[in-house]
Amino acid sequence: MTSASAASAGSAAALANGPDPELLWRLYRLMLYVRLVEEKIVALYPEQQMRCPVHLSIGQEAPAAGVAAALRPGDQAMSGHRSHGHYLAMDADLDGMFAEIYGKAPGCARGRGGSMHLIDRAKGFLGAVPIVGSTIPIAAGAAFTSKLRGDGKVTVIYLGDGAAETGVFHETLNFAALKKLPLLFVCENNLYSVYSPMEVRQPLGRPIAGIARAHGVATWEGDGNDAVAVWQMASEAVEACRAGHGPAFLELATYRWREHCGPNFDNDIGYRTVEEYETWRARDPLARHKALLQDRLGADDAAFAALEGELQARIDAAVAKAKAAAFPVDTLSPEDCYA
Amino acid sequence: MPDDAHRSAAVSTRRMTFAQGLLEAQAIALEQDPSVYLMGLGAPDPKGIFGTTSGLLQRFGPERVQDMPLSENAMTGVAVGSAITGMRPILTHQRVDFALVAMEQMVNQAAKWFFMFGGQVPVPLTIRMIVGRGWGQGPQHSQSLQAWFAHVPGLKVVMPATPADAKGLLLSAIEDDNPVICLEHRWLYGLADEVPEGPYRVPLGKARLMHGGGGKAEVTLVGLSYMSLEALRAAEILAEQGIEAEVIDLRSVRPLDEATILDSVARTGRLVVADTAHVRFGAGAEVVSLVVEQAFDKLKAAPVRIGLPDFPTPTSKALSDSYYPRAPHLVAAALKLLGRPVDPELFAVPEGRNLDQPDSSFTGPF
Ligand SMILES: Cc1ncc(C[n+]2csc(CCOP(=O)(O)OP(=O)(O)O)c2C)c(N)n1
Ligand SMILES: [Mg+2]
Repeated sequence: MTSASAASAGSAAALANGPDPELLWRLYRLMLYVRLVEEKIVALYPEQQMRCPVHLSIGQEAPAAGVAAALRPGDQAMSGHRSHGHYLAMDADLDGMFAEIYGKAPGCARGRGGSMHLIDRAKGFLGAVPIVGSTIPIAAGAAFTSKLRGDGKVTVIYLGDGAAETGVFHETLNFAALKKLPLLFVCENNLYSVYSPMEVRQPLGRPIAGIARAHGVATWEGDGNDAVAVWQMASEAVEACRAGHGPAFLELATYRWREHCGPNFDNDIGYRTVEEYETWRARDPLARHKALLQDRLGADDAAFAALEGELQARIDAAVAKAKAAAFPVDTLSPEDCYA
Repeated sequence: MPDDAHRSAAVSTRRMTFAQGLLEAQAIALEQDPSVYLMGLGAPDPKGIFGTTSGLLQRFGPERVQDMPLSENAMTGVAVGSAITGMRPILTHQRVDFALVAMEQMVNQAAKWFFMFGGQVPVPLTIRMIVGRGWGQGPQHSQSLQAWFAHVPGLKVVMPATPADAKGLLLSAIEDDNPVICLEHRWLYGLADEVPEGPYRVPLGKARLMHGGGGKAEVTLVGLSYMSLEALRAAEILAEQGIEAEVIDLRSVRPLDEATILDSVARTGRLVVADTAHVRFGAGAEVVSLVVEQAFDKLKAAPVRIGLPDFPTPTSKALSDSYYPRAPHLVAAALKLLGRPVDPELFAVPEGRNLDQPDSSFTGPF
């Protein structure tokens, strides 16, 4: 496997040998689904019934969609604090997610976790935790199991640019390369760790993918707001992982629209400029993909409206269920703590 | 009566060391369950973690017995990740101190996954770590941090003190579906005793009455790990003075066997707890609190804690000789509880006895 920089892998090139109409629609559906779920959270959060932190990925939907579309059933994914999109794109349980955010008994973690602790093992979403970096080696452990058992699964670990500064990130790259683990690192570089910009955290001119390359890991760098490009890169990377070439690494440039934690915009507090935000906003991964569907497939408004209506109905139903669900029994027992 | 089930005629035993007991537990676990694997810095090397992993590589191959990069935190995460996907890893560290860089994975991850995902994700992981004493172990090669681990709900913590318990507790730890921390005292590795054959298990969370229990005892000595042996010696010295003691080897710090401790104190009314760690905020404090909270009316005198003073461990033999508590400290504590005089001669070190080694067969470096 040679190290490939796919920065130039634009939609046109990808289309030439790749995504059929069905896939193009699938990518859009996944992104719209994530967007609508999170916008629902935005709308309802002020009710103060979702009593846990929420880290929204609005503006960053393309990596989750493009990567998930490159996986096959049985493959696995893990994530960190900003995991809604990664979870949803694996077709993980929406009812369980909303119930979990509302702290209800049928939550995917039975109300023990909240928004930052999503899990749906049946769908291969092995878990997300909010200690930045911590799931990186745990995902490597899952890939290690696959390696030991030869089960053919690929495990995806989603991480941010900030997570690339943790010790375990570097340690895990080394181990994954050493053992040729079927592990795909997907680094969503959204330029910030909370309010801290890249220039106070990482050396200028050194891409995060460069760290992976230094460990002998094959890398792809590209536009994280272009779902087709992401799918293309992820497809190549997943194939390499599955073929036994060892871990692969994607660095995807993207941008978080809303505040680090919570439902609001925070461009006014002074850590980033409105101009920067507007530049990225204009690169909306959904608007862009919608235009592609219109241009390439002649998709009409009715088709988009039908899709949105279907997804919205599903989301509304999940919210209603979660709101109506019972809270967990309010006492804990040793059985909660030990298997 | 002392709880020595494995000494009953029904179980066939052989004499082996504590290290061989640990080795045998791992060999049995590797043999009986293909999901078990062993990983640690130097685990397959010629020294084999002081002999506790020797020969396992040859017997089970490099996939089941692995060395690892010098990345304790990530490798603990790897162990957690493999444990939640069907494997049953044993991770070894040559010192507790080295594993401190992995506290994040042990405390935030291994201990929490079962709880924080609502009981869906057991973490069947065993982490072996070694504790030391004397011979230049010094500030960063000897810390007994059982209280840290035992403080965390979701972890279990065992500290075997005998070769049979080394085998039995480690096998139970490996078979348990929770993360279990196994703290092994370096001074016990050469200790030889009868060890049952086959898949011998000692239940987690069960202390052992090592000595006494006939009903006339006037003091309870509770020991952890190596200090249980010092407690046994203390009981012998006390017996020479006509005082009978019950000795409890705690074996598990979490879960804590409350009943065995409370029952003994109910009989004796006096308690001395000897820990391998610093006295303050230690496991000994937990034992004393238990007794004070639940059996205050049974106490004839205030309980006493024995352990390390409030300093990091010094390296020089001169400094460390006075640093570690020994049987005489337990004897003196018991005598004081009984209002009996303490002869300073008690603390005299016999000719030729070096306090920084368990016996003369123990030589450095290690
Ligand atoms: C070990 C650790 N340190 C600090 C935090 C607080 N924190 C939560 S998210 C975050 C920023 C992470 O940035 P990045 O990895 O780029 O992800 P993003 O939020 O941009 O998606 C920080 C510092 C944490 N959760 N864990
Ligand atoms: Mg970031």
